[in-house]
Amino acid sequence: MATIEARDIRKSFGATPVLQGISLNVADGEFLTLVGPSGCGKTTLLRIIAGLEPQDSGTVAIGGRIVDEFPPNQRDVAMVFQSLALYPHLTVAENIAVPLTMRRLSTIARLPFGRALVPGGRAIRRSIVADVTKVASALEIEHLLQRKPGQLSGGERQRVAVARAIVRNPKAFLMDEPLSNLDAKLRVQMRTEIAQLHRRLGATFVYVTHDQAEAMTMSNRIAVMMDGELLQVGTPDQVYHEPDDLRVAEFVGSPKINVIETRLDDSGRLHFNGTPLGINATGGRSDPIKLAFRPETARLIDPGCGVLTGAVSHTENLGSDLFVHVRIDRVRDPIIARLVADAPRVSIGDVVGIDVLPSRAFAFGRSRKRIRLHPTGAEVA
Amino acid sequence: MATHQSITSMPFDTIGRPVLTSGWRRALKRTLSAYALSIPAIVLMVIMLIAPLVSVFILALTDYQLGAPTFEFIGLRNFKALLGDSVFWTSLGNTLLYAALVVPGSVTLGLGAALLIESGVGLRSFYRAVFFLPVMATLIAMAIVWEFMLHPTFGIANLTLVSFGLRPQNWLQDGQLALPTLAVIGIWQQFGFNMVLFLAGLVTIPKHLYEAAALDGVPNAWERFRLVIWPMLGPVTLFVVVISAIRALQVFDTVQALTKGGPNKATEVLLYTMYAEGFEFFRTGYASAVTVVFIVLVLALTLAKTFILEKRVHYA
Repeated sequence: MATIEARDIRKSFGATPVLQGISLNVADGEFLTLVGPSGCGKTTLLRIIAGLEPQDSGTVAIGGRIVDEFPPNQRDVAMVFQSLALYPHLTVAENIAVPLTMRRLSTIARLPFGRALVPGGRAIRRSIVADVTKVASALEIEHLLQRKPGQLSGGERQRVAVARAIVRNPKAFLMDEPLSNLDAKLRVQMRTEIAQLHRRLGATFVYVTHDQAEAMTMSNRIAVMMDGELLQVGTPDQVYHEPDDLRVAEFVGSPKINVIETRLDDSGRLHFNGTPLGINATGGRSDPIKLAFRPETARLIDPGCGVLTGAVSHTENLGSDLFVHVRIDRVRDPIIARLVADAPRVSIGDVVGIDVLPSRAFAFGRSRKRIRLHPTGAEVA
Repeated sequence: MATHQSITSMPFDTIGRPVLTSGWRRALKRTLSAYALSIPAIVLMVIMLIAPLVSVFILALTDYQLGAPTFEFIGLRNFKALLGDSVFWTSLGNTLLYAALVVPGSVTLGLGAALLIESGVGLRSFYRAVFFLPVMATLIAMAIVWEFMLHPTFGIANLTLVSFGLRPQNWLQDGQLALPTLAVIGIWQQFGFNMVLFLAGLVTIPKHLYEAAALDGVPNAWERFRLVIWPMLGPVTLFVVVISAIRALQVFDTVQALTKGGPNKATEVLLYTMYAEGFEFFRTGYASAVTVVFIVLVLALTLAKTFILEKRVHYA
């Protein structure tokens, strides 16, 4: 069990900067997810923590000890790879045993029949077998121990990779998109299992994914990365309900958050298409401001009653929810409103108005950073 | 049986004759055109490979002499003669000993060179080219160069030994040394080829296995080799061993150029015996019998390789 601390990590591949000064603290026993679109540098950061990739500058500390000079095997972290990286020629039992044989046995004892040559060799072998069996039964893969990875299904291989990681009780677990090769149903199931595993072990987890749903459902905290920068670190609630950056707001949440272009007038009121929205903000005069609001905070109202009016272009019925896409003049993407299942139905082509709750809307300035809003009392009308 | 089934499964007309449907006819046509298209390849294969092979087997059963107008079938008498021929046994033993020296030597050196090149950073293509040069060179020309290097009085090998105060050796005329010397030349010539095969095999090992090994606590290069590289190279190694063995069994150029099987049959090898019997003593039938033994050896190796490869798991 250990904390992980990254301070001002920089990394470039050739002339391309991949990490531009990342600082991140992971608390002991925390499940922290690094999330971001592909190419944002999250996997590189994980590989730097693991010691598989050297950073250009900055330091990594695990359990309070700076590990920059340590090769991966001395950092005492375990990693689950995207490809799982099981040894194809070894059985499941042998795969899980590798981290133990490498640590508990000497070079001679690792040789075939070597255990007989070394005092205590047999006892160590027995302890390894016992530990492998224990982990296998915890992950319900005991019946697979004698098989080779090639004979397993995707989900079974996944469990073997996790078993190999947890068998030696490392200080921390690093997981690099471990679920990306599974089908959608299995992914949801494994999501729960990994979260439960974390609770049971109480160990520090750093989990990399590009799937915001995985990040939201599994983590204690989420670190949203984009273009080699850390945009926001916070609990799933904070990241969802209080995004610091427009890119965070757009990345987290499905369907995507609605964004409209507004302007700030001299008296600090936000305007859309020349109509005041009833929201005040601080900022430079006539600055373009992006106003973002989640689909569940948008309400359908009679056309003409609100600032936003448009025609329904598409509806998605998920059974429990209904997503209504509304095309609005001068807004690039359709505005999406989430309705509860028993809300009055709308049809494609219907003209509707959209009401935005000022208290649930976020404004972002030119630098895409959050601007505080002051609702003027009246809602958008 | 097959035709019977296909007829019963065909539709019949009112008086019980089978109706050839267009689908059935099309299938027949496709089969015929497939055979027609493969005829050129089959003809070439028969002329170039199968017919010579069959004629060797037939000649081995005759007393044919090169240039003679007639020959008689003498059954297995050539093979009986082989069994009692001490030169043949020496030759077979020398060939196997040569292979036993060259195969481990060239496989180990090839693997070592491949691992060094793969782990190095600079000059990779330079080393690749340098080690591959002997493979591309004409062995008979290289053999002559070796002859001068191994010359008892002015060869560089002996000059080097003498300069270190060691006793010079008569490399190619010493009955104890001649075959091992030829084996060294064989290793020198072959290991570059093995190196290229191993390099190709190393490239196919997924990088993430090395990384997993590093995180699993593999402490050094030796353990990484044992855990990842050696098992993952298994299929390539088997192929390299078999190819090296077949090439070693084929040794002829250096023997012909350097020792002519001497001294006192110390370097007499199968192909040299075959050549001498067939083209110096013109006993073609007898030489064919030697060839049959050679073919059986090579075939056994090939079959063993196929058998083992099929038994083993193919790694994804």
